Amino acid sequence: MSEEYVIQMKEITKVYPNGVIANQGVNLDVKRGEIHALMGENGAGKSTLMKMLFGLEQPTTGQILVNGEEVNLTSPTVAISHGIGMVHQHFMLVPNLTVAENIVLGMTPTKSGIFMDYEKAVSLTEEYSKKFNLIVDANAKVKDIPVGMKQKVEILKALVRGAKILILDEPTAVLTTQETVELFKELKNLKNQGYTLIFISHKLNEIMEITDRMTILRGGKSQGVYNTKDVTPQEISRLMVGRDVILKVEKDKAKPTDEVLRVRDVEFVNDWGKKMLDKVSFSVRKGEILGIAGVEGNGQKELVDILFGFNTANAGTVEVNGVNIKGLNQKQLRDLNISLVPEDRMIYGIAGAASIEENVISDRCEKPEYNKGPIFNMNAIHETSDQLIKDYTVLCKSRDQKVGMLSGGNIQKVVVAREFSNNPKLIIADQPTRGIDVGATEFIRKKLVELSRSGIAVLLVSADLNEVMELSDSLIVMHGGQIAAYFEDTSKLTDEEMGRYMLGIDKQSPEQIKEVCHE
Amino acid sequence: MLQLIISEDFFFSMIRITAPILLATLAAIVCEKGGISNIGLEGTMMLAALFGSLASYYAHSWVVGLLVAILAGVVVSALMCFFIYNLQTNMILAGTAVNMIGSGGTIFLVKVITGLTEGTQMTSTTGLITQDLLMPTIDIPLIKDIPFIGPVLSGHCFLTYLTFILVFVTWVILYKTPLGLNIRSVGENPNAASSVGVSVLKVKYYTFIIGGVFCGLAGAFMSIYYAMGWSQGMLAGRGFIALAAQAMGIEPVGGLFASLIFGFAQALRIKFSAVGIDSNICSTIPYIITIIGLVVFAIRRIQNEKKKRSAEALNNK
Repeated sequence: MSEEYVIQMKEITKVYPNGVIANQGVNLDVKRGEIHALMGENGAGKSTLMKMLFGLEQPTTGQILVNGEEVNLTSPTVAISHGIGMVHQHFMLVPNLTVAENIVLGMTPTKSGIFMDYEKAVSLTEEYSKKFNLIVDANAKVKDIPVGMKQKVEILKALVRGAKILILDEPTAVLTTQETVELFKELKNLKNQGYTLIFISHKLNEIMEITDRMTILRGGKSQGVYNTKDVTPQEISRLMVGRDVILKVEKDKAKPTDEVLRVRDVEFVNDWGKKMLDKVSFSVRKGEILGIAGVEGNGQKELVDILFGFNTANAGTVEVNGVNIKGLNQKQLRDLNISLVPEDRMIYGIAGAASIEENVISDRCEKPEYNKGPIFNMNAIHETSDQLIKDYTVLCKSRDQKVGMLSGGNIQKVVVAREFSNNPKLIIADQPTRGIDVGATEFIRKKLVELSRSGIAVLLVSADLNEVMELSDSLIVMHGGQIAAYFEDTSKLTDEEMGRYMLGIDKQSPEQIKEVCHE
Repeated sequence: MLQLIISEDFFFSMIRITAPILLATLAAIVCEKGGISNIGLEGTMMLAALFGSLASYYAHSWVVGLLVAILAGVVVSALMCFFIYNLQTNMILAGTAVNMIGSGGTIFLVKVITGLTEGTQMTSTTGLITQDLLMPTIDIPLIKDIPFIGPVLSGHCFLTYLTFILVFVTWVILYKTPLGLNIRSVGENPNAASSVGVSVLKVKYYTFIIGGVFCGLAGAFMSIYYAMGWSQGMLAGRGFIALAAQAMGIEPVGGLFASLIFGFAQALRIKFSAVGIDSNICSTIPYIITIIGLVVFAIRRIQNEKKKRSAEALNNK
């Protein structure tokens, strides 16, 4: 038994100090010399589990066995000494150092004890590079090499330090198709040389292509171990994407009218030359909630950034009530009555050190009703903020309390109080209830439905399946920067169907997708 | 006018003036490579200069003075590092504090240590440093006999020669030793460094200490050679000029040229005021050149970045 398994994680439970349970009784057994996939949606607990295996976090309860022996992985250094290496999604490299320097950092070879033996660093790099067929340019500076090569440098770094077990955290997320093909060849090559690989991903086709077995996580719990060749993509998607319906939102049928947001053929290429949005077209009409579902990283973030002026599309048009928004800044967009509930509320949603009052009036403080000549009309400001605090049931000591001191749910209520109350015609809600308590979640969802029924167009972007499926009147699914499906009526949708489109197993015909343009 | 500039003593004084700026610039370069914006260079040099001159006086030996100056530079720098990285003080505030101690606290120290209470000596140690306590100058054989070049290059303080050698030494430390590799990696991406077991804190201390040694040398140069004693305001912003030289030079050799520009400006100031040009106008020369230099540097950097970005865009296509 212990001979066969290089890694055994037994009954691992991880509870964070804030009470969030990231893993609950998870078992992970990895055989020697296999490529083992760790699958699951965002927030399923994959990263936490791997952080514990790499010594970045410690399990609350449970055991970790490496080569049959129980180990206490207190730091990455300890993990490396047990032969565990990790290739982080965000590279841990120093841009201005050469490839060889990055590889030997922390274990620099020396000449006569004082001087760095750079030739040795280069020859070491080249030796490993050749041995594992991971082609890198040892003398190039890391900042000058392409992303694919940076990843090879990361893999080499782990190998040079004696890693026999490699954890790859979503290694293909940053790669182009060609680079992915290359990476897979290299990974298979590593496997043939007896190395064990743990491959974190939520891209089904990649998993089917490269892995031997897989462990599927959902909501912090293991959904079992499967041989890749014995399961169908449909089964995997069912295991990964299932949901527990907790909250039901009462809503009557939408009666959409005029088009408010018109997105046509939008394309976006990111800084690394990867196409993140590919001919995305859709419309949102008055009185409806259009949901955007999809696994994170399939272009949703880029789309929202373009819609709210944080980025500019490389091609295509975005119009709001007939006005092309290209080149408009956030203030000009707000003047078009567009509201945004941003994904990262702490950075884009609020100013933590400012008071609730200052936060809720920040988008409207220049209006004449809040000013008396050159100074603020404090009475009007107090009145508005007190009313909003009451309407949105923000739990606080007073309107002067610092927003940063509130709980996550109440901070989000402050954000929506501002965004929903300034006569919006279009609301973009990006992950509006992520990480907040049930009460606030329910409140915000109800508010969104209420607003849409009063004739506001709502675009809801959410990685929470439960949320998009319950709240949206109709829904599009994004996969690989494209719209993979459009469903006019979400109420008839099943989780399984959704899963297939989200993971790229199925794709609707262009004609079906085009219906979201309502032309 | 040109004849005034192209003279032996002009170039001699330019080299002499450059040396302390260059030492401070090297300190700034090492710190910046290690991710430290050390604005406390001025204060560190001030304290080193004071203790160096006092030690030289009481021990009747410039050697002791030099060593004490280095020690003072190292201790002040290590303390800064302790405050910034162990106690999490803001880097700029810590630097400002050192500068204020360097300008104000030093007078207090002079008073306490020397017991002088009156006269100009109260705010300086210039009266204490006699000719025989100064660091010696060196005549270079053979070179000193070459016309023009001889009088320019020969006859400097030994520390001046050491300073120019230190440019090369700094480059070796940064690029040819494991310590330098660690300094550069910690300066650029501390997470990457710590993820492979490099102790970021330890490397920060080494970086500060190297900077401290350079500041100590610069302080000693000023008080037991150049100005013949310590006095208030003697550095006249050299620690800040060094920061500008670092920003322009980036690398040790670049720092050398940047320092030479500032040395040239200072020498010009002295020369001009010597021939009777209004000294108020003359004193602005170094600062005007500093501003011009920084602007030129900024423009060049922006252009380089633009070029690089368009090259990257091409690569991606």
